[in-house]
Amino acid sequence: MNAGLINELEKLLGASSVLYQPEDTLLYEYDGSVEKGRPDVVVFPESTEKVSQIVKLAAKYNVPVVGRGAGTGLSGGALARAGGVMIVFARMNRILELDAENQRAVVQPGVVNYELTCAAEPHGLYFAPDPSSWKSCTIGGNVAENAGGPHTLAYGVTTNHVTALELVLPDGEIIRVGSKHGNAPGYDLAGLFVGSEGTLALVTEITVKLSRKPEAVKTLLAIFDTVDDAADTVVDITARAITPSACEMLDGWTLRTVEDYIHAGFPMDSAAVLLIEVEGLAEAVSTQAAAITEVCNAHRAREVRLARDNAERELLWKGRKNAFGALGRLAPSNYVLDGVIPRSKLPQALRRIQQIGEQLGFQIGNIFHAGDGNLHPIILYDPRDAAQFERAREAAAHIIRYCVEVGGALTGEHGVGMEKSELMPLLFSDADFDLMRRVHDAFNPDCALNPGKIFPLSKGCGEIRVRKQAGTTATQR
Amino acid sequence: MTPTPAGFSANLASLLGHSRVLTDPVPCAAYAVDETIPAAVAKPASAEEVAEIVRFAGLEKLALIPCGNRTKLGIGMPPSRYDIALDMTALNKIAHFDPGDLTLSVDAGLPLAQLNAALLGHNQFLPLLVPWYSRSTVGGTIASGIDSPLRQFYGNPRDFLIGAKFVDGTGKLCKSGGRVVKNVTGYDLHKLLIGSLGTLAIITRLNFRTFPAPLASRGFVASFPNAEGALALRRAIAESSLTPLTLDIVSPELARLFATQTPQSHEVAVFAGENHTSGQSLLPPVGDWFRPREWQLCAAFAGTPEVLARYERDLMRLATNSSATSTKFLDDTTRPSLWGRLRETLSMLLEASPAAVIFKISILPSHHAALFASLRQIADRAALPHALAARAGGTIFFALLPTSANDDNPNLLAQIATQISDSLSASEGPAQEDRGHATILFAPCAHKHALCVPEVSAGRRLKAAFDPQGVFAPGRFF
Repeated sequence: MNAGLINELEKLLGASSVLYQPEDTLLYEYDGSVEKGRPDVVVFPESTEKVSQIVKLAAKYNVPVVGRGAGTGLSGGALARAGGVMIVFARMNRILELDAENQRAVVQPGVVNYELTCAAEPHGLYFAPDPSSWKSCTIGGNVAENAGGPHTLAYGVTTNHVTALELVLPDGEIIRVGSKHGNAPGYDLAGLFVGSEGTLALVTEITVKLSRKPEAVKTLLAIFDTVDDAADTVVDITARAITPSACEMLDGWTLRTVEDYIHAGFPMDSAAVLLIEVEGLAEAVSTQAAAITEVCNAHRAREVRLARDNAERELLWKGRKNAFGALGRLAPSNYVLDGVIPRSKLPQALRRIQQIGEQLGFQIGNIFHAGDGNLHPIILYDPRDAAQFERAREAAAHIIRYCVEVGGALTGEHGVGMEKSELMPLLFSDADFDLMRRVHDAFNPDCALNPGKIFPLSKGCGEIRVRKQAGTTATQR
Repeated sequence: MTPTPAGFSANLASLLGHSRVLTDPVPCAAYAVDETIPAAVAKPASAEEVAEIVRFAGLEKLALIPCGNRTKLGIGMPPSRYDIALDMTALNKIAHFDPGDLTLSVDAGLPLAQLNAALLGHNQFLPLLVPWYSRSTVGGTIASGIDSPLRQFYGNPRDFLIGAKFVDGTGKLCKSGGRVVKNVTGYDLHKLLIGSLGTLAIITRLNFRTFPAPLASRGFVASFPNAEGALALRRAIAESSLTPLTLDIVSPELARLFATQTPQSHEVAVFAGENHTSGQSLLPPVGDWFRPREWQLCAAFAGTPEVLARYERDLMRLATNSSATSTKFLDDTTRPSLWGRLRETLSMLLEASPAAVIFKISILPSHHAALFASLRQIADRAALPHALAARAGGTIFFALLPTSANDDNPNLLAQIATQISDSLSASEGPAQEDRGHATILFAPCAHKHALCVPEVSAGRRLKAAFDPQGVFAPGRFF
């Protein structure tokens, strides 16, 4: 690594804010995905101005820059695919303003998702996007990947809750897009930058909408003897235009594993459960819960349980949100996929995933946002077995291809990142790439920011050589 | 050098066939944008033809403005060049409607009213109740960025537009998003098309998530002697558990317009319980329950009988606490008269004055009280009739309504625009994004430059990326 750059970064930030020894940078070559990419130097700025200066220094030394929040991403979005400088936003973690009357908060990118909801709670408000990693992931990362979560079924993903951004462009210019009120004249620039995976700009401040907590919540656990019945129930709930705030499915194999670990009260002998939540006025919630119970029963639910109190509700959700951790007990590593299908295709999609697993010799679990057709198949594998890892990738590609075949998309909430950049041509034509590339180049013309993401390598930053990683296989965690 | 109209029109006609290219001045005049009349009107019948015309315009260095039924072409700055009107109304099919998935893919030129009629057959709808509803096309509604009162509950199009197909400035068919309700694959380019006024791309198809149509809905109106009362009730509702479909405040002047005028737009049934046959009748007048001398808070809500009863109970209590002078719940027979007028506010304001100027002001709701007062002062000082509607989310429509075209004085309007801008920066915090924004939504052509859209360099970069040759609607945005 360029000693001159490190020297200048240390001068700018202080030695304690710059890491470059291999044993230190090693910690930043992973995220929650199966990808790897080690930065040459990791920096921890405390202000937007410092971020701007870092970007200018990196430009001077011609090295790329990648932003990172908590590193919980699942597509390799916050990995340094081409090395260079990694800006970690951990020290830009202040809630700058909480405006309860207008239901807005202004936060720095390093604020943890759950902490914002905690800060808003005394005002009867909360931040709606709730990824499973909400207790550790940052809002900056949520913005970069346009993160979702179980309750996005009713309330929308991150982009629906962001009204303004402060951004640092690759030349160090600081710009603001959108507005606190959310109706800025001109193009919807905030809508473009949210979900652009750090490939257009670095986000240094975010204005978000806060939502009012509903007065009533009912959480139902519907237990089924076949996966088909559970999937048909989801299709029917959608078709009948009942809108739960969340509708999650766990298949039997997954839920037994989770139950062993969390003791959430999931039945050990069922084929699938649906965790369904309805929120709103007390009068509306009762009717909706009754309607959902009726649909579940029409599809031969063995039992529909209603969480008796908040403690029981929280336990059920703990089971759901910590499921991936629980699966870690079964195999050295797991590969969490993210694909989307039209909701009516759910039963056949689950059967196809099962088939693909059988063909390639994997047990594939399913724990996912059934209500919006956002699948999360989980493949357990051993990263020390390179051949097995390649097969896991093959299975993943088969599943994502299938999603596209039935009219779906490559990713519902994890982002394209490194993981799926080569699959993008399944959905996009050369003309689509040309335009996306021109939009990319309008802000990031030299691929200084997060090279090697979203675009297939052949159509992206051609001039940036992506490094061969030492162990070309997978992450061991 | 721009070729002569006759020169390029013949080539255009050979591209599309003579029947789909208009060059006579009379029909072309119907496509005027801010008094500029195009030399030709092209009516493509497919996305491929749109692409051909765009490539043609690029080669010939011609400027294109796309349109649907031309109800909102008044929005935007006067074009600096305008050679061809691209009439999109022949692209008017529903490409896919998957009721079981609540998703929809529709051609840009299909009228919204026709689309919603098809969706309502499945008890679904697209929550875009925009002015000129019976004629507005889906594409024009999205490209104009026009506001619907239903955004209070359903959000903006950016919250339910899930994908689009369009032709970029190089004449290539492109797409973004898809037909699933959750999708983060690639850049969200379709969001940029909302409110882009045809400056970035020609929208050929739009994908939406649809919503279950409310099976039973009610209206509510509460009257107040001053704006403070209406604002207090609005705030109380915002802080309650109620989530109304619409929540608007109407000034006494606008209320008077509602009470005395009928919008020219034909009425169309949208929800269950409404009795109009499509496009056949005008709105009925509002009843004598409407108190046109006062400030009005107007809300709509929907749900089961238990939910409706709860709304009536809570709204009544909150209105009493806010000292409303009168309240009225509207059922299926009384509701359409007021609801239709709320939807048609902008068209009614334009019909009310030969030289109406309508400002769209976006500002945080907590600043509404102070701003209402400033706006009233500004209009009174200029001795101009005015009217105001405010959405709970923050958007205000403020209209100056000179009684005759002779009253419109460009200098006066420029002064007023400056005063409005000043009142916005005075009422909010120091950070740039905290300030309110005011734009002229509709005005006679000569007045539009009184207030320009603030220049954002990022916007220019995008324009160049989408439309490198400057084919689309030059001057409308920048």
